[in-house]
Amino acid sequence: MAGSNWLPRWFYQLASPRWCYDITGKLLPVFLIVAVLLLVIGLVWALAFAPPDYQQGNSFRIMYIHVPSAILAQSCYILMAVAGAVGLIWKIKVADMVAFACAPIGASIAVMALATGAIWGKPTWGSWWVWDARLTSMLILLFLYMGVMALYAAMDNETTAAKAASVLSLVGLVNIPIIKYSVEWWNTLHQPATFTLTEKPAMPVEMWLPLLVMVLGFYCFFGVSLMLRLRNEIIRRERRSGWVRELITSR
Amino acid sequence: MQFETISEFIKMDGHGLYVWLSYAIGISILIGNLILPLFTRKELIKNLARRLRRENNAQ
Repeated sequence: MAGSNWLPRWFYQLASPRWCYDITGKLLPVFLIVAVLLLVIGLVWALAFAPPDYQQGNSFRIMYIHVPSAILAQSCYILMAVAGAVGLIWKIKVADMVAFACAPIGASIAVMALATGAIWGKPTWGSWWVWDARLTSMLILLFLYMGVMALYAAMDNETTAAKAASVLSLVGLVNIPIIKYSVEWWNTLHQPATFTLTEKPAMPVEMWLPLLVMVLGFYCFFGVSLMLRLRNEIIRRERRSGWVRELITSR
Repeated sequence: MQFETISEFIKMDGHGLYVWLSYAIGISILIGNLILPLFTRKELIKNLARRLRRENNAQ
């Protein structure tokens, strides 16, 4: 294998802010349409058509936004840390911008997971909040996102800020397996994983299929929001380059 | 359809408040994640355009 081209061409092109701006401009509408379709179908299915749980009744419908937001908050963190590492190692500006764009989205989705979890906990466990391993590690995830955002806000120099934020997000990566295995390592109120890659879900198909639709919808939505923020950041950091000037004047 | 009437759908057997509150929070966070970057984009382009105009006038 030739050492120079074991990665596809588009992977290298992604490092160019301009190419990245153009390709995300083309991908955005596709992701938006798919996300809206999946979320609308998923929401109606989850709220009106999925059967109620035999123990929890209708409060279990909260699962259809709680589980996707919890999964997405963690995936977004992994992407932020990986993009940060790519930026640290190869000094790719676009990777730094991706990491920067991930932080506020991830933080808001973590808030969503915690809030819907608390609301679900009230009728199910009788309490809004318990200092349980899963809940606490998820709260730490939110604090990590907030720490990363604070670092970006505190430093004027973009390169230094990106370095500091990437190091923090890489150190915080250790929290992700802790969240994942918290329900197995410690005695907890929180129920075990809904989806695993190796086993069939414990739920009947009419319950997990809408959940799958919602999870995919959340991922597509994340793509839309990430691309919107990334494009803003590309324009902001490349504002002195010729193509951004042309883009602004041609409007 | 799991519910016979609209009011049953809203009540959700007494869990309506919990279900609808969490969906309201979820949907508003999603919408916020669309509106905020769009607003930022508008402001950004407005500011950059103003600066470009100023630079062109100065020349």
